Amino acid sequence: MFSRVQQTKMQRLNELRRTSVNHLVTVLAIFSTILVLVPLVAILGYLIYKGASSLNLAFFTHVPAPVGEAGGGMANAIAGSGVILGIASFIGVPVGIAAGVYLAEYGRGRMLGNLVRFTADVLNGVPSIVMGIAIYALIVAKQQHFSGFAGGVALAIMMIPTITRTTEEMLATVPHAVREAALGLGIPKWRTVISVSLRTASPGIITGCMLAFARVAGETAPLLFTAFGNQFWSFNLNQPIAALPLQIYVYAISPYDEWHRLAWAGALVLIVMIMAAVTLVRIFANRGALKGGH
Amino acid sequence: MGVDIRVENLNAWYGNTHTLQDINLHIPPNQATALIGPSGCGKSTFVRCLNRMHETNPIARAEGTVMMGDVDIYKDASPVEIRRRIGMVFQRPNPFPTMSIYDNVASGLKLNGFRNKRMLDEVVERSLKSAALWDEVKDDLRKKSGASISGGQQQRLCIARALAVDPEVLLMDEPASALDPVSTAKIEDLIFNLKTQYTIVIVTHNMQQAARVAANTGFFLNGKLIEFDATTKIFTNPSDKRTEDYITGRFG
Repeated sequence: MFSRVQQTKMQRLNELRRTSVNHLVTVLAIFSTILVLVPLVAILGYLIYKGASSLNLAFFTHVPAPVGEAGGGMANAIAGSGVILGIASFIGVPVGIAAGVYLAEYGRGRMLGNLVRFTADVLNGVPSIVMGIAIYALIVAKQQHFSGFAGGVALAIMMIPTITRTTEEMLATVPHAVREAALGLGIPKWRTVISVSLRTASPGIITGCMLAFARVAGETAPLLFTAFGNQFWSFNLNQPIAALPLQIYVYAISPYDEWHRLAWAGALVLIVMIMAAVTLVRIFANRGALKGGH
Repeated sequence: MGVDIRVENLNAWYGNTHTLQDINLHIPPNQATALIGPSGCGKSTFVRCLNRMHETNPIARAEGTVMMGDVDIYKDASPVEIRRRIGMVFQRPNPFPTMSIYDNVASGLKLNGFRNKRMLDEVVERSLKSAALWDEVKDDLRKKSGASISGGQQQRLCIARALAVDPEVLLMDEPASALDPVSTAKIEDLIFNLKTQYTIVIVTHNMQQAARVAANTGFFLNGKLIEFDATTKIFTNPSDKRTEDYITGRFG
């Protein structure tokens, strides 16, 4: 056996080891957090540095100027991106959520359910350029012209798997007891799914939709063969339409310094718009929240 | 008003497990009836067969006749209709977390398409008063979530929610087992008052609770109803040896 003095000594040593390990882990965690934040801040900072000086009112109100002429803006591309993303969300969000509801509430253990889940996972891994070519073959080639609609469909299909799988996973976290409560009140199953299960899972589902939205908002490849881009104003869904990522791409690979500056500004505007959209949806979704809900 | 329930040759299965075997029982109207027995004896399955919740589990199956008044609940009506007439309170309080206290109580009506606001206000107030919760929550009805109040309050909220659809029968599956003694006493007082208007079936592990609230008591063991009689008779002079062993604590 150890003497009392030896025991106290060992306790002190143990304590020293515990506190130092504790400090080490804390420092590592903080370091990793900073490591994660560095690229984000660096990218945003560099975009502001390169792009902010080219931002002016004309950028948001004018269409691109012809080569050699100074000035011009990306107003049509900003609006075009809005239109394409609107179409994509209009199709992608309801279809994605509905498929997720099927997987979570009806398709458990069924052949069709497993098939849909597998398809969604594969679709999630399809490179975006392949998606563009597929939509080119399915819509653009059939219609014989590029169109904003085709671009919207391409982005919608890219949104669906993310939304479907998040919806399914979020619905799975809704406690069984809550569903039973609704069924026990004589509320039909479809109503229970909409007003109880989906409502309880909605914060997570909204996050999934925003992730999907933010991801496709910056996609260029699927739009190259579908929306195609446009130097002028166009709101006709059957015509080629401008989009910010396309405009940035075209300007960035051009040989003109003025266009390079505009490309930087466009990239900055794109990122800020995505962040603004995500923040707005969050604020809007939290507005109706109750005290002590989650 | 409450209605009587007559159960004839009720059998229930979970997969291949024969959970309930030939249950025959008459539950009188406007009284509380207690069901006691060790864990896994089938008493929860039995109440879940009474409002057809049993069949919501895909591997579950039930056979036999359950008459509520003159309605055969397995033949004459859809499960949704039956569950509106037979309310249920579960073991753990399960308020809807994303709904306010008001919406929790109104949910049974609102989600079935009932929209008259004035009537809803009335029903919510009356139900919360019947569940002895009104005074504690009346100032936060629309501000607070149903999940933000204490466990005992949540369970009374669930009772109010069940009462709001105006059922004839109230099934309670160990309604106080997750609650502290003070909340339990409140629930028991509530059962005592509610039985004048509703037929109440209460599953409980607590034999004192059965003795306090119920006029009749049934003893379940291994999926069979061993004995059903007046509560005083069950607890003072049971006819079956197994009932006596259980209530004197020799097993279970």
